[in-house]
Amino acid sequence: MKTFQYEVKDELGIHARPAGMLVKVAKGFQSKVTIEKGEKSADASRLMAVMALAVKQGEVVTVTVDGEDEEAAFEGVKAFFEENL
Amino acid sequence: MLTINGKAAFGGIVIGKIKEFSKEKNVVRRTKITDVKEEYTRFENAREMAISQLSKLYEKAVKEVGEANAAIFEVHQMMLEDDDYLDSVKNMIETQMVNAEFAVATTGDNFASIFSEMDDEYMKERAADVKDISERVIRILSGVADSDELAGEEEAFIVVADDLAPSETIQLDRSKVLAFVTRKGSTNSHTAILARTMNIPALVCTPLENDVDGKIAVVDGNSGKIILDPEEDTVLLYEKLIKEEKERKELLLRLKGQKTVTKSGKEIKLYANIGGVKDVAAVLQNDAAGIGLFRSEFLYLQSEAYPTENEQFNAYKTVAEMMAGKKVIIRTLDIGADKQIDYFNLDKEENPALGYRAVRICLDRPEIFKTQLRALYRASAYGNIAIMVPMIASLWEVQKAKELIELVKEELKEEGIAYGKVEFGIMIETPAAVMIADELAKEVDFFSIGTNDLTQYTLAIDRQNAKLDLFYDAHHPAVLRMIQMVIDSAHRAGIWAGICGELGADTTLTETFVKMGIDELSVSPAMVLPVRDKVLGVE
Repeated sequence: MKTFQYEVKDELGIHARPAGMLVKVAKGFQSKVTIEKGEKSADASRLMAVMALAVKQGEVVTVTVDGEDEEAAFEGVKAFFEENL
Repeated sequence: MLTINGKAAFGGIVIGKIKEFSKEKNVVRRTKITDVKEEYTRFENAREMAISQLSKLYEKAVKEVGEANAAIFEVHQMMLEDDDYLDSVKNMIETQMVNAEFAVATTGDNFASIFSEMDDEYMKERAADVKDISERVIRILSGVADSDELAGEEEAFIVVADDLAPSETIQLDRSKVLAFVTRKGSTNSHTAILARTMNIPALVCTPLENDVDGKIAVVDGNSGKIILDPEEDTVLLYEKLIKEEKERKELLLRLKGQKTVTKSGKEIKLYANIGGVKDVAAVLQNDAAGIGLFRSEFLYLQSEAYPTENEQFNAYKTVAEMMAGKKVIIRTLDIGADKQIDYFNLDKEENPALGYRAVRICLDRPEIFKTQLRALYRASAYGNIAIMVPMIASLWEVQKAKELIELVKEELKEEGIAYGKVEFGIMIETPAAVMIADELAKEVDFFSIGTNDLTQYTLAIDRQNAKLDLFYDAHHPAVLRMIQMVIDSAHRAGIWAGICGELGADTTLTETFVKMGIDELSVSPAMVLPVRDKVLGVE
């Protein structure tokens, strides 16, 4: 299991479009990717759940990857956050 | 005739017939099924069909409104692939033995309510997306074709609806839509954004009755209103406005991208005046070379307490970034006189125009001024920012303002905060400043003449007093001579001079100003191209 924290910089937060892109990225790995914001958490491969977290600009999320390809998933998901959010 | 106010989502004026876009609500009945597997296959087929329709809409949207605006249709497709959504539909069919239509409708409503209960305006809008995709699947399940109510119509219409989903907006034949008017909706909805990209006048939040279908109406997207059954005079007035707008658009096509130069090759800096971040779009649309007057008062006027350094910084930075390296001249706080703000606790004055205002407040209460200067300097790292100080009458005021600027720069340097090179100018609005312009010119990088106040102070005429209209002569030779003096003083000191008052946009004087040697004119965004047109004609 690997985990990282990220502060969202995008003005609109994790809005519909990047949420959709994130789901695509997460589905590309076998590992389970989970996003936590405070007490709420969502499976990153589920679009509505990710959107329902309503992560806003300036909020910090904890992303956890767990599974066989977690090394690659960690790098891939982290790179996605840094580039798009 | 009946005028109804809504909120403008996109400007432009049209006259035409209303077509009510009545969404026939699919009444979904709950029925008991016997074959779960067959019902789920029905849903799966409908879902695939919906995804393929959305993918076609996405392609149409990419062509018409660009990839970024089309992205919502890609998200719609993904919503129909969401595991939670699919699980919910499947569960309902399996455990409750209900028909697919009912399972989809209930699932759609449940997910929509999750979004609509969020305290985030953007996420609230997403409830409409979930409903839209669910309704699409239900339509396919019940064999109802995608409605195109404008198909087969010869003429174009003002489309009126309670609300329009992005998919409905993009599905309509662009050539048959004069305007969009919705009773609900918001200016930030995807539909409003689409209308803007499609260049169609649009109003939202417009409280129209339900019996407007077929009526003739004027939609004025510039002032956000719709006029039902307009009288002949009104129609004539709007036809004239439409003609002017058309001429302006033609001017735009002809003059956009051109430099503002006289026939003999002298280039005039043609900038625009703005009152806030929202005006920047108009500046860019009208092809101004920069912003010559950014009235910073709006930050103070729209606030209930002194705006913080960060709030100001964000606004200045946004404008600087949007202008992408073009000059942005920000006027420091100019309140008092006719612009009062409660939390400043200003005393009532006998002669507010001659009173405690603008730079006088800034120098008397330097903590307010310093906050603004810090925000301005911090924002200067993100674009080409210049500062100008209003209402200067004496040399020491300029020197004092510069001292404060030096102080701010030192502070920022110590704190390790970046800032850029900032041109420093003053507004010439008092006869005193005109008379000592030679001295002032040695202290600054530029002059910008505020002709409204300069005229009022020179002619000793209160511009708020309508009784004095007869005496208020904007073209008074005294004012014109003063402008000439200011330009000459500037040039002798090797700095530039411009006009940012209303007179700058007076096209009957453009030639005069150019001949006087003016270097810059800053006008309202709508006047940029008419003024450019004039300058191009000057020898």
